[in-house]
Amino acid sequence: MSSRTRILGYGLLLICGAIVPFVIYPILAMKVLCFALFACAFNLLIGYTGLLSFGHAIFFGTAAYVSAYSIKVWGFSPELGILTSVAAAAVLGLGFGLLAIRCAGIYFAMITLALAQMMYFVFLQVPFTGGEDGLQGVPRRSLFGFIDLSDDMHLYYLVFAIFVFGFWLIHRVIQSPFGQILKAIRENESRVISLGYQAARYKLLAFVLSAALAGLAGGTKAVVFQFATLSDVHWQTSGEVVLMTLLGGLGTVFGPLIGAAIVVTLQNALADKVGALLPVIMGVIFIVCVLVFRRGIAGEFTAFCQSKLAERRADANHRKSHGLSCKGHGASGEGVSAKEANP
Amino acid sequence: MTTLFEVPLSALMGQLMLGLVNGSFYAILSLGLAVIFGMLRIINFAHGAFFMMGAFFSWMSLNYFGISYWWSLLLVPLAVGVIGVVIERSFLQWLYKLDHLYGLLLTFGLALIIEGIFRNEYGVSGQPYAVPDALKGAMNLGFMYLPVYRGWVIVASLAVCFLTWFMVERTRLGSYLRAATENPALTQAFGINVPVMVMLTYGFGVALASFAGVLAAPVLQVSPMMGSQLIIVVFAVVVIGGMGSILGAIITGLSLGVIEGLAKLFYPEVSATIVFIIMAIVLLFRPAGLFGRAE
Repeated sequence: MSSRTRILGYGLLLICGAIVPFVIYPILAMKVLCFALFACAFNLLIGYTGLLSFGHAIFFGTAAYVSAYSIKVWGFSPELGILTSVAAAAVLGLGFGLLAIRCAGIYFAMITLALAQMMYFVFLQVPFTGGEDGLQGVPRRSLFGFIDLSDDMHLYYLVFAIFVFGFWLIHRVIQSPFGQILKAIRENESRVISLGYQAARYKLLAFVLSAALAGLAGGTKAVVFQFATLSDVHWQTSGEVVLMTLLGGLGTVFGPLIGAAIVVTLQNALADKVGALLPVIMGVIFIVCVLVFRRGIAGEFTAFCQSKLAERRADANHRKSHGLSCKGHGASGEGVSAKEANP
Repeated sequence: MTTLFEVPLSALMGQLMLGLVNGSFYAILSLGLAVIFGMLRIINFAHGAFFMMGAFFSWMSLNYFGISYWWSLLLVPLAVGVIGVVIERSFLQWLYKLDHLYGLLLTFGLALIIEGIFRNEYGVSGQPYAVPDALKGAMNLGFMYLPVYRGWVIVASLAVCFLTWFMVERTRLGSYLRAATENPALTQAFGINVPVMVMLTYGFGVALASFAGVLAAPVLQVSPMMGSQLIIVVFAVVVIGGMGSILGAIITGLSLGVIEGLAKLFYPEVSATIVFIIMAIVLLFRPAGLFGRAE
């Protein structure tokens, strides 16, 4: 994506984000934003580091529990509660990351899933999570002591600010030298190691960062919905975030946001109509994405734009070649090669 | 009453048997996962769904068509195997050239679809499946009462595991299979039809899962969610054992079942998590698994 289209995209995003609560129900918009941040965090791992964490809901859900508990029982303010939950998710991410990065590829996915399932049982059994009922009735209180969050509009702009912060942070990470090394690990880990980088440390840091951001999303979600339940830490939530990212486009900047918006809206619209068939629809989307649509919506869109651009360039070259017949050969050759580079 | 570690011996034996029963299921399922992974390089997330399908098909054939348990034991794996072959031909065969992760994602989607369909039809509550007449009751072994059906599950599972091991390690077909796992291109060059072998391997793997499902129907409640709970534990079992050897999968599966059973007796709080805790410990010391080779 060229920098101009990206700036255009960010501008559009900010404007859309600011007017959204006037158009659609703010709670739904907040849910989309929380899951979008969660998917962006997940995308940092799968899309840019090539690690498929199949238990990412555990960081989201743990943060939701910590934020709900600290606000409800310890009387923390919302900002402190969310910060505590981010710290908890990061610590858990450090522990799980240390274990999981010892294996790569498919094993990594199985290990993260198994570790997440272990924590699921822990949350099912320990008394402070309220077992099957979860933690209900978390008060919203007020931000920094003076912004009343019981107003949905106030809360929306807080959630939007958190989302923009998370989105910006991930963007900065990807653009940084650190992000370049992550991408290099995704492409060819042994070469990165042979260049003298300690790939394991980079992977671990990416894992912790992703866990912390997933925690930011989860902690915020608990404030929005005023509860944290077992479904936040269930493997189905992990599956949902995989689906959102896959549908939007793995390794794309806006993909997770698009995917989260579609999946959450779909769930909201269909939940009372199809009931138990909802997972079937999710499963079908999964299969269609994997078989015919691996670049996802954002990835396909970028590829489409690039091929259009290449075509236009080829056209321009073609026209030029008619004017300057002696240079024609080389110019049209360039057009073809640009097209081949982006099939 | 005889006691051991302050626990009545009969209770200890009972938990051991139950652990062996669960361990048998772990063994068959992780065996199937390993065989499929060897050939297809795909982690079959839908394995739990096929296990559930086996249990459900056997319940349905008894209740709708009056097909007895013994016929189910034969027919259900065949039917599920055919479904597996169809799935391999229509979906999985397009993934072999891609990153292995796509196989996991696609089979996860499959699992969601299969479970969703059964949940939509039958709800989340379990359906009871009666133990067949010939296997009812319990045997008095002197120191304990052994429920006959549990004994049968263990014997049948071990027999199936042994047959699979024998087929893969000791027969000509098995040697083709191992050759194709090692180097598919070269095996094909020797005139062996590798794509057909891959197809049959997937069918065989899911047939194994459904066989375990039929065995499990009278022990566990037949419910749409019975597979997904099991499959994550089986993933942990696979990580502990390593994907390298068939014998390794069988031994790991059985012993983890026993450990889980003992945990229920001595320290029930960790019984649900013990397998995962063991997995974490194994990862610390042998990341490739107990029987695995580092790749």
